[in-house]
Amino acid sequence: MRSLERLTLAHLWVAFAAFAIACFFGVWQMWARSPLPAPFVTPDNYFLAVTEHGVSMAFVLTTFFVMGFGYFTAETALERPLPGKTFGWIGFILGLIGAAMASYAILSGRASVLYTFYPPLTASPYFYLGLVLVIVGSWIWCVLMIVAMAQWKRANPNVPVPLAMFGTVANAIMWLWTTAGVAAEVLFIVLPASLGLIHTIDVGLTRTLFSWTLHPIVYFWLFPAYIAFYTMAPKAAGGRLYSDLMGRLSFVLFILYSLPVGFHHLFMDPQEPAGFKFLQMFLTLLVTVPTLLTIFTITASFEIAGRLRGGRGLFGWIPALPWERPMVLATGLSFVMLFFGGGGGLVNMGYGLNAMVHNTSWVTAHFHLIFGGAVVVMYFAIAYEIWPRLVGHEPSSSMPQRIQLWLWFLGMMTMSLPWHWLGLQGQWRRVAQFDYSNPIIAAWGPWVVVSLIGGLLLLASALLFVWNLLFLYRKPEAARLPFRFALPVHPVTHVPASLNGFGLWNVLVAFLMLAAFGWPIAQAFVIEAPHAVVHRVDRGG
Amino acid sequence: MSNLEQEILRHERRWTAGVIIAVAVILGAVLYAAFALHVNPPSNIETIDPKTLHLSAEFTESNLGTRVEAGGQVTTRIVTAQFAFNPQCIVVPANEPVTLRLASPDVIHGILVTGTNVNSMVVPGYVSQIRTVFTKTGDLLMPCHEFCGFGHSQMWATVRVVPRENFRPDANGRVACEKS
Repeated sequence: MRSLERLTLAHLWVAFAAFAIACFFGVWQMWARSPLPAPFVTPDNYFLAVTEHGVSMAFVLTTFFVMGFGYFTAETALERPLPGKTFGWIGFILGLIGAAMASYAILSGRASVLYTFYPPLTASPYFYLGLVLVIVGSWIWCVLMIVAMAQWKRANPNVPVPLAMFGTVANAIMWLWTTAGVAAEVLFIVLPASLGLIHTIDVGLTRTLFSWTLHPIVYFWLFPAYIAFYTMAPKAAGGRLYSDLMGRLSFVLFILYSLPVGFHHLFMDPQEPAGFKFLQMFLTLLVTVPTLLTIFTITASFEIAGRLRGGRGLFGWIPALPWERPMVLATGLSFVMLFFGGGGGLVNMGYGLNAMVHNTSWVTAHFHLIFGGAVVVMYFAIAYEIWPRLVGHEPSSSMPQRIQLWLWFLGMMTMSLPWHWLGLQGQWRRVAQFDYSNPIIAAWGPWVVVSLIGGLLLLASALLFVWNLLFLYRKPEAARLPFRFALPVHPVTHVPASLNGFGLWNVLVAFLMLAAFGWPIAQAFVIEAPHAVVHRVDRGG
Repeated sequence: MSNLEQEILRHERRWTAGVIIAVAVILGAVLYAAFALHVNPPSNIETIDPKTLHLSAEFTESNLGTRVEAGGQVTTRIVTAQFAFNPQCIVVPANEPVTLRLASPDVIHGILVTGTNVNSMVVPGYVSQIRTVFTKTGDLLMPCHEFCGFGHSQMWATVRVVPRENFRPDANGRVACEKS
């Protein structure tokens, strides 16, 4: 079994190293944008930092965390050795080489195109090739997850797949669909342009293809948090999962409704037909359903736990919960951030409302709160939860973990609530420095400083997190027990075949993607939109 | 089924009904805004070649800025390029329909006007068009809000909203910011 621990730890350490580095870049960016004098501020440095922050957080932290946690879940939930660990290591090494290549291109100043690329801006080929390798590594993970579940199902006919693994494979299948869009954009347009094989680009088409990926990628990052909500938090709270079926339903709804919705990132674009924007807006609205179901089910699970621990009355079960446990605390904090971030998200997806907030700090606030807040706080909790199993030692105290989680929560709220306000005032995104001599902009200054304070709290929390993982787990384990996931209130003896596999859902996704993206992609070839000339950012100077 | 199981099912059904109602209310609000108030995103599938923008009839330098068209419609044409707007300052009348038309000769840009809901991407290959009414007079900021290169932070323009009586087109129907 030692081999599983090594594979998981390798992935998680790459993820957390990228995370810690990215936090430094993030804080410096906020300092540069504030009215306070900051060192090293040039546009080149700023956009280099934004690119490195985005790539590290959105591609490296997430992908490596999802893969590491997936390998861990596959072996512990299915209670049998993971097949093809060698391939897992190959995927890891490909991803690591890719991440290093991309970072090399970024840090040498030849890939300042942000993690969302913006063709016809064109970076060094090392940047795109590096990211392709990361994605190829993650595809290997997807295949291994699917194979592990298939083998288990063959060995256990008519038995429901354990919920944690069902969620993990749901994510793998969603990720294969998700990456098709960006893979087409990079392999057929952006990489050939970077290699000098083509000199002009259909910009509208690249935006359509990227939007294919842009929303479900966020759910790829989010899946581990939801898996933890369903299969770890109820147990940590001392209770049971309210409904296993709700978990399955939420996971398949994520596959369905996170994919055909990327146009809500393109509401303000000229090239997409209004009818398709409307269709994808409607489907975006439906992706709130699995989240609302999850909030109900997890809250109900916590209520059961609270009442088992002696909590009485309408709300008496809340203080009765074991909030000193990191997983329980993180789930609570995550829900608060999900409330604010989700509310902001409803505004973003508002077909008309979006015009008030598109490309303002409101959007930056939204995804920092949802991903950086609600999701990453669960990454911390998952790491704390599985670390004893990985390193063979218990934490000597949970106090530093709780301090770290609270710091992250307070930092994220202090940073992102002012950003929402500034966004409504019209503060736009992706700016190295503001001209604070302008009276409109001058009024924003104090709030930018407040958000910088939030950023410093986040950095402190990030460093404490790494310290906790390195030095807190020193107490020898009493006995080496197998890792256990939460049990449902009612043991699941059988589930409908549609909720024990993904065949039906793949067919439905194919249909929805055809309806949502078929014409918008075809349109590019039918109307033959004029191309733009490639603009390199990696030559000259 | 046991009583507890029945109870769980009943709670789940109730919550699901609540979720469906919430989704329906939000969708109703969006539909009302779209059809009754005509609040829609700025789709405009009208192509233009970025490589020859400066040769096109509409986006040549002499045709940029605000003009009162033959029918009395006020139209403002703007070229968004690395790293400036042309023109850098536009004049529009308050409380009157205004059409903004923007095009890019190089990379992706985007605009918003602070304090309004004017917001659009400018994608090379397409003309972006926004119809709006400015209700407050004064100088508003119109920054480029999409990353377009290292000079992005310096790319912004001014929208000068003037009362109708101060909006005085010249013989060709043009209105420009006074040099100050």
